[in-house]
This record gives sequence, C-alpha cells and structure tokens, in this order.
Amino acid sequence: MASEIKQGTLELVNHLPILQVITPMLIAPILVVLNNKTLSWLLSFVGTLACLFISILLVQAVSDGSVLTYYLGGWIPPIGIEYRIDAANAILLFLISIISAIVLIFSYSSLYAEIPEEKHTLFYSCFLLCLTGLLGVVATADIFNVFVFLEISSLSTYVLVAQGAFLDRRALSASFNYLIMGTIGATFFVIGIGYIYMATGSLNMIDIAERVSQLGDNRTIQAGFAFIVVGMGLKLAMVPLHVWLPNAYTFAPTVVTCFLAATATKVALYVLIRFVFSVFNYEDNFVNELFFLLLMPLAVIAMIAASVIAIFKQNLKKLLAYSSLAQIGYMLLGLSLMSQKGLASSLVHMVNHGFTKAALFMSLGAFMLNTKNVYIKSLRGLGKSMPFTSGAFVIGGLSLIGVPGTAGFISKWLLLEAALETGYWLVAVLIIASSLFAVIYIWKIIEVLYFSDSSESYSEVGALILMPIWILALFCIFLGINTSLTVDVANMATEILFK
Amino acid sequence: MPVEFLIFLTVFTPALAGGLNLILNKKPNVRDTVTLLSALITFYFSVNIFLGFDGQATQYKLSTIMPGIDISFHIEPLGIIFSLLASGLWILTHIYAIGYMRGAKEKNHSRFFFFFSVSIASVMGISFSGNLFTLFLFYEILTLITFPLVAHKGSTEALRGARVYLSILLGTSIGLQLLGIIWIYFSVGTLDFVKGGILNGSFGSLELTFLVGLFAFGIGKAALFPFHRWLPAAMVAPTPVSALLHAVAVVKAGVFTVLKVGVYIFGVESLSVSGATDWLTWVACFSILFASLIAMTKDNLKARLAYSTISQLAYVVLAFSLANSLGVLGGALQIVTHAFGKITLFMCAGSIYVATKKTNISDMQGLGTVMPITFLSFLIGAISIIGLPPIGGSWAKWFLILASLEADKQFVVLVLLTSSLLNIAYLLPLIAKGFYLNPTVQTEIKSFKEPSALVWLPPAITASISFLLFFYVGYIRDFMINYGLVS
Repeated sequence: MASEIKQGTLELVNHLPILQVITPMLIAPILVVLNNKTLSWLLSFVGTLACLFISILLVQAVSDGSVLTYYLGGWIPPIGIEYRIDAANAILLFLISIISAIVLIFSYSSLYAEIPEEKHTLFYSCFLLCLTGLLGVVATADIFNVFVFLEISSLSTYVLVAQGAFLDRRALSASFNYLIMGTIGATFFVIGIGYIYMATGSLNMIDIAERVSQLGDNRTIQAGFAFIVVGMGLKLAMVPLHVWLPNAYTFAPTVVTCFLAATATKVALYVLIRFVFSVFNYEDNFVNELFFLLLMPLAVIAMIAASVIAIFKQNLKKLLAYSSLAQIGYMLLGLSLMSQKGLASSLVHMVNHGFTKAALFMSLGAFMLNTKNVYIKSLRGLGKSMPFTSGAFVIGGLSLIGVPGTAGFISKWLLLEAALETGYWLVAVLIIASSLFAVIYIWKIIEVLYFSDSSESYSEVGALILMPIWILALFCIFLGINTSLTVDVANMATEILFK
Repeated sequence: MPVEFLIFLTVFTPALAGGLNLILNKKPNVRDTVTLLSALITFYFSVNIFLGFDGQATQYKLSTIMPGIDISFHIEPLGIIFSLLASGLWILTHIYAIGYMRGAKEKNHSRFFFFFSVSIASVMGISFSGNLFTLFLFYEILTLITFPLVAHKGSTEALRGARVYLSILLGTSIGLQLLGIIWIYFSVGTLDFVKGGILNGSFGSLELTFLVGLFAFGIGKAALFPFHRWLPAAMVAPTPVSALLHAVAVVKAGVFTVLKVGVYIFGVESLSVSGATDWLTWVACFSILFASLIAMTKDNLKARLAYSTISQLAYVVLAFSLANSLGVLGGALQIVTHAFGKITLFMCAGSIYVATKKTNISDMQGLGTVMPITFLSFLIGAISIIGLPPIGGSWAKWFLILASLEADKQFVVLVLLTSSLLNIAYLLPLIAKGFYLNPTVQTEIKSFKEPSALVWLPPAITASISFLLFFYVGYIRDFMINYGLVS
C-alpha cells in the first residue's frame, strides 16, 4: 500500500519524515553557539512545536493506512537509508513530540530549581539531541540507523540523568549505572544486527524481511533475534533487566524523568515490535516460543512484583518508577499475546501511559518545587494548599489505576479483552490483581495529600507550571472518552504490522 | 422537552449544584437554598421523565468511546423508580442535612455538600444507564465521590473506615465486576440493556453460574456476604451520608444494578431455566440471617442499622436469585419500601445524636418521653423494615414469599419469617427503652428536647410515606406490569 514515491519534488508532505527528525538535530548545535539560556529555551520550544506540528501532519497522512517513505539523499534502498512512516510509528512520533513540547513548558520555570543556570544551554541542547535520537529510532526503516539513533538518544540521556547531581549526588551513580547497563544493551543490539547482516546481507527492514522468509529456519537469524530481544529488553527495562530504571528516574531532574518515563522505554518497546513484525517473521515458531515462554512470564512477573514493591516505597519518584516497570509489563504482555488485539492494546497503552505517567511525575515535580523532596510524609495536607497540582495528580492517579472515563481504563479494557480472546484466563486475573495494587499505592498518596494536616503551608505553583500539568491531566481524561486518536490508529497499525 | 434532554438535566442539575456549593462557600444560607432548589428541580425532571414514559426503551447515545462501547442512556421502569426515589429523598435529606450539619457542628460544609450533590448526579446516571459500560462508569464515579464523604471527619478512625469502604468497593468492582463485563462483551459483542437479556445462550450453564458470581459479588455496593464489611465501616460518616447514601443511594445503586443486570443482561427466563442462581439463593439467605444476628450484638445504633441494611439488601439479591417475575417485583418493592423505612431510622438516629450526642442504644433510656416524634417515626420505620402491616414494607416481603413459592424454594419462606422475627428483636428494644422511664436517669432526660424542626420533620415525613405506601403500593405494581418489566 506504499504511496507513490515522489522523489525529488519539493512538495512539503514528501519531506515530512526527514524534517521530523532533523529539526531538533539542527537546533541543538545552534543552542551551544548562542549560549543564552532564555533564547535556548525559546528555540527548543519552537523546535519541539515544529516537531509536534509535523507529527500531527504525519498522523493525518497515514491514518488511512497508507505508508510514507523517504529515501535519504535520494539513494534507493537497500543501498540507501529509508525512512518509513506508517500508523504504528506515526502515533509514537506524535507522543514523543507532544510530550517534549509539554515538558519544555514545564522546564521554563522548574529548571532553575534543579540545574545551575550556566548549564541550561547545554541541558536544552542535550534534550534536543535525545529527542532527535528517539524520533530517529522510530522513523527509520534501516536497522543500523536504529542503532545509531538509539545511541544518540542514550548518550544524551546519560548526560541528562547526571544533571540531577546538583540536587542529589546519587544522580551520578544512577547515571553511571544506566550508562553501563545501556551500553551492554546497545552492544547486544548491535551484535544482533551483525548476525542479521551476516545472514541476509542487508540492513533495510523490508529487504531483510523478504530474505528472512526465504532462509527459513536459520540459526544465525535466530541468534540475532535473541540478541536483539535481550538488548532491547535492557533498554525497555524488562524485568529482570530493569535495575537501572528506578534510580535513573528517581535522581534525574523532573523534566528528564517526565520525558524519559513517557517516551524512552516506549521507543525501545516499539523497536522490539518493529523487529518482530517487520523484520522477522512473527509466525515463526522460534519467535512465538520465545515470546510465550520468556516474555509473557517476565511481563506478568513485572506487572505483579513491581506493583507490590511500589506499595512499600516512601520516595514517591521511586514509587512511580516501579509503577512504570509494572506498566511496561502490561505493554510487553500485550505484545507477547501475539494477537492483533494484544498488539493494539500494547500500542494504545504506550500512548495512554505516556500521558498518565508524565502527568504524575510532573505534578510530583511541582510538589517538589515547594517541599524540596518527594518523600510521602512531606506531601502532608498539600491537597489544601496546592489544590490544582493535587487535582491533576488525582486525575493521573485514577488513570493509572484504570478508572472508567480515564485513558488507563481504555488500555486495560483492551488488554483484558485480548487476554480473554487468547484464552489466558489466569493472565486476565493477574492484570486485574496488578491494577488493584495500583489502587493501594496511589490511594496511599491521595490520603496523605487530602486527609492529613500539614505543619507548613505552601503556596500553589505558578501558572506556567500548572499549565503543562493540566494539559497532561486533561489528556488523561480526553483519551479515556475519545479514542479515535489512540484505538483507531492502533488498529490501523496492527493491520499493517500483521499483514 | 425531548427525553434525552431531560435525562441530561437530571444528571447535570445535581452536578451543577455541587459546583455552586463550592463557589458559594462564604454564604451558607444562599448555598443551601440553591442546593435545595436544585434538589427540587432534579425531582421535577425525574417526575417529567416518569410522566413522559411511553414504554419505548430507546437508547440515547451520548458518545462512542470505542467502536461497540458507548456512553448511552435509556429509560425503563426500574430506572424511573430508582431516580424518583433518589431525587425525592434527596430533597428531604438535604433539609435534614442542613439541620444536622449545623446542629452537630460539623466542619467543611461546602466540601460536604459538593460531594453530596455530585454523588446524586452519579446516582441519576446509574439509574438511566443504557448499557453496562455506562452503568459501570457512574458506579465507579459514585464510589470515588463518596469516599470524601465517609472520610469527612478526617480523624484516624474516619480514615480507616473510609479505606475499608474504598478498598472493598473498588476491589470488588475492578476485580470481579469488570471481569464479568469484559467477558460478556467479549462473548456477546454488546453491552446494551435489552429486555430478556443479551446472552442468548452464549454461555454454558457452568459459565453462567460463574458469571452470576462475578456480578453478585462484584457489585460490592449490594453488600452481599462476604463483601459486606464496608457498610458498617462507612458509618463513621456524618448521619445524612449514612441516611441517604448508605441506606438509599449507594446501597440501592448496588441492588438496583443487581436487578438491572438480572433483567436486562441475563434475562429472568434464561436464569430460571439454567438454574445458575440456585447457589446464590443460599448465599443471600445466609447473608440475611447472619447480618441480622450480628445486628443484635451491636449496641451502637448506627452500627446496628448498618447490619440491618446488609440483611435487607440481601433480600433484593435473593429476589434476583429466585429468577422469576414475582421476584423482580418483590425486589423492586423492597428497594422502594426499604429506602423509606431505613432512611427514617437513620435520620432518627441522627436526630437523637444531634439532640443528646448519644450513639449507644443502652444510653437511650427514656428518651422517647422527650422526643416523641422522633421515636414514633422510628417505630413506623422499624415496622416497615420488619414487614408488618399496615406499613409499606410488608408488601415487599409478601411478594418475595410468593416468588419463593413459585420458584419452589420453600425454605426461603422460613428464612424470611425468621428474619422478620430477628428484625423485631433488634429494632424494637430501642422503642421499649425509649418509652420506659428509668428513675435514675429522669433528671438527665429532662434537659433534652427535640432538635430543630429541620431535623425531626424529614424523618416524620418519610415515616408517613412508609405508611401511605401500604395503601398505594398497587400503583407501583401496576406501573411495572403495564410497562412490561414483570408479567
């Protein structure tokens, strides 16, 4: 169904795929040269808005099931690098762009409290590089290009996480830990790519897919696939490869935590999905066994164990980080069901959870601006003194639990339906058990916010901080009521992936 | 006015009243008058829906969440009865609540009335829900919105009670009910309420039994054993909350859902053919007797009434499990008559608390002599709960007995009669204590008097209505028969 390729024309729509990736990449070095923190913020914000605009155009262009392709430098694949946008990655491009724009509004005032002023320019520059990396991973159809962008985003992420050292030195060890684990993951990934190249002699996804199906049962391909699953497992924090995540999320600056929690792990999961469906043969026995015997149990363990651990955490950033692990379990579970409904639920949950977790982390960040720490006891009685931030937190929390009328409910509904469809009754029951644990850890916070008296009184944060928080919170509700953006696009995407 | 507009207004008016409560924070009199007006208007709209009802069960779609899953409303006899009941009693409870909150010197009135009004809005949403999804949506909103009401005092004890309340209600609804809903949707492909049920034999009899269990226990608001603990725990709330929400709105939303699911999802005929509810009859009977026995051991008046409510709610679950038309009729009548009876009892308990700060029955010696109206209302309410003529409650028991005979479950009759005896044993001692003066407390008693008319009048009115229901119950029965709810 690929749309007619009009190479060499100057019509804007044909260049959207590359513009999406290259806009932040071009702005990043300019910031370093300008070296002015307000201007840096403004330029980054404009850049992310442009990204958002482009991604909306892309979603519109592919929502009818068509595919946009772009040949870098006009080189025809498999020789040249190809960018390919379909419903599956357009929705992620949209998620990444909109979260980055919202997060940047928040960073305008919050960054002063978290990072020394002389580092702001570099921070924004790194942020844009990270954004470039994430967008590039999603947009490209060349597997080596995936690796390159993944490393761009990872390296800049290590730097961003380390910026938390201004408030808490433990950010440095968290970042180092992440660096080691992330690099091991990247190495596994590139070894996997090497195996695939060895067996097929190609790096273009579609080209590989054709050759893989001709090769049949091939040990080299299977080894390559295993390496890629482990590599991406590290990047997406699949239990038991998750140990870097809680500390990285806890000690990074709020802006970074919000951005990473909403996007980074989802991108890694997307890569896994893309490789399973567009590179390998998803009907292959080996792939299916790997998913059924390995990924599904791991996803279920993540769902239950991480939720239980979250209940006992006193540091709320850490609590939400463990909750993220559990939610990644949901997404992985949807994928490992290996059915259209399961995959759709996984894609929908990526978006819904992105907004939900960003809203939660960001309102936590707003509390932190006042209380200076995020231990549960320091949130006492904030429901009265910071009503708007607390309100947004409650909405985010309800969405995380999956109360009807919120985004979280939609994804849980789809996931349950998919689990029932494939006949995994026990899994369905465990999904519900996990969301009951979410009730416990979220309600623990809500009770402290609203029903205990505070010794100190704080004032509500400024409008510029409230605005992004509430945009996210309203998205949590909007996506629970109108699902044309998420469910319809995800259904379209699964049809393309399952063709 | 078009019907869909009326439905919208019944849901919207209380919600708006809630918002106004927050805005009019500084002017308590204006605020309470506005809420009273909204209650009257809501009732007026419900009456209009009732009058305009022509027996057509049209679905009014508000919006589509996902293909096949809509927020939609429809009008049917059960919903009309429930909405009239809740909105009508809201008026009386609101008057009572004004008197109570001021008399008992509770704090945070605006917050209280805000959540109170919004919970009425979700009750209205429940009563007109057109499919299981919409029902579940409003059901969950009701759970969440009543949490602050239960925790209103903010004390450790109140918080603990509220936590039990929330965890059981959310736990059962997410853990069991949602699973049942998704199972139905997955097997049948629709969640619309259709008379006669939508399952059409897609479930085998074992699966059906299991599904009945998911709903009977998953609708935690019906407080069926062993998920009844939340109801006594919720008694830490101020009395108007216990009266309207935990004797009428919330618990009735639970049993209303049970009946509605029974009639419009399972279908009475297919239930009775499959025998999927036979086991539930036993559980309901056990719940009835068990809760009554516990009620006898409670000295705290509100706790005793709470256990009595658990027992009485199980009557409706029993009605559902009998799976015949007479049962549905009995269940619906039980919803109505128990609402009037129990709200009277709770308001009397609150009235005694406001006047004397007494909560334990053993301390209420001789109070009847100084608070005759309150105690007389209590007596009438109690007789209605017990089910003796000439008070309305007797009819519900009458039809339930007929229904159990028709279902060929004679032991149920025995359970119902035993339960009535137990009711006498735990409700009437208070009246006896109230009117027989013990000389040692005589001087203390003299210092008490009836609280303000705002507090004693509403229970007197509901008691009178209980009495009138005995004579006019035929209208409700005819209404349900004429519009085909029961045959």
